[in-house]
Amino acid sequence: MYQFSYLKAQSISEAVTALSSNPESKIIAGGMTLIPTMKQRLASPEQLIDIRHLEELKHIKIESNNILIGSISSHFEVSTSDIVNEHMPSLAKLAEGIGDPHVRYMGTIGGAISNNDPTADYPAACLGLGATISTSKREVKAEDFFLNLFETSLEEDEIVTQISFPVIKNSCYMKFPNPASRYAMAGVFVSKSDTEIRVAVTGAGEAGVFRWKEMEDALSKDWSVTTAESVKLSSEGVMSDIHGNSDYRANLVNVMAIRAVEKLINEH
Amino acid sequence: MALVEIEVNGKNMSSEVEERQLLVHFLRDDLNLTGTHVGCDTSQCGACVIHLNGNAVKSCSMLTVQANNASITTIEGLADGDKLHPVQEAFRENHGLQCGFCTPGMIMAAVDIIKRKPNLNEKIVREELEGNLCRCTGYQNIVKSILAAANKV
Repeated sequence: MYQFSYLKAQSISEAVTALSSNPESKIIAGGMTLIPTMKQRLASPEQLIDIRHLEELKHIKIESNNILIGSISSHFEVSTSDIVNEHMPSLAKLAEGIGDPHVRYMGTIGGAISNNDPTADYPAACLGLGATISTSKREVKAEDFFLNLFETSLEEDEIVTQISFPVIKNSCYMKFPNPASRYAMAGVFVSKSDTEIRVAVTGAGEAGVFRWKEMEDALSKDWSVTTAESVKLSSEGVMSDIHGNSDYRANLVNVMAIRAVEKLINEH
Repeated sequence: MALVEIEVNGKNMSSEVEERQLLVHFLRDDLNLTGTHVGCDTSQCGACVIHLNGNAVKSCSMLTVQANNASITTIEGLADGDKLHPVQEAFRENHGLQCGFCTPGMIMAAVDIIKRKPNLNEKIVREELEGNLCRCTGYQNIVKSILAAANKV
């Protein structure tokens, strides 16, 4: 690992100031992606700004039918939170499926969405539930946050502070994990609220997480497993790599979507 | 360099470390606690698992400076003098190891699994061992050891 300096920020504003005064600095919270990347010398920030201990970013609460999760909440904290398990078990289950237990103690929701790995799980929940992402500057809708592979609308000096998920009980995440890494080969988050149906797909899109509008429209007209089975995802724009080509992945997305709809129909 | 104060296996230490030092190297190279192993370079194998404030984490994937003011337990801190921890004892009784390289991480992970999961069964143990690789045993006796220990703890 290359040498760098380390700052333990005492507040969000101190972290923001440090971040804006040196463009070569990086925020660290759990470090579960950043540190392995630095070990491989694929990243070499001049300064790490640690925000992991900031209490103002560590909360899970429910307010006017939204679950508010502070950005440094770990996957373990989300997966075992009474509030999340009671109001939106789909989100708790998603968090429980990330990485392995050791990673879940360290990795944070803010880090996971800021990194926007195309195979990460949380971006699917954000898009699939219509989350709002709060940063040190503003509030951003999930649709406007995730832009492309490892690319978000976060500016250089902006830090994610909280993710607000509308409570939609009728929601389900189905994932086909890569057997080695547990990252999603295909992950589909389906939610059905009083006003809309959302289907968000991770692990498959060449530009990262996306909403599968065709499936959403079809399910909005007819909420049934038969409909889910009848819509096919085109393999165009679907990732192809050593783990699976685009046809295989597109089909996996279909299978995950069918399973999610099936589970929701059977349960509700 | 940065000054850190860390409690390791019940002893308070204060030390000057390089910012880029990984916690596992602090334990192994500075404190000579070589029971914590480095089995890979990709954060996947879990041979380096230690307890940070009671939670099983990979010491190869965090910096020593991040552990400032924390309390750490390594495999060396598990036994009570000459009396092995029940999980260590179960690994011995059930032949839960062959070469032994993954064992410290397995045992530290196992203690954490038993603490978190009150009703363990084989399926849960296998799922929970996602972050720990063993290249000898095929996991059979590791799983057996953890289930045996869970009944005793």
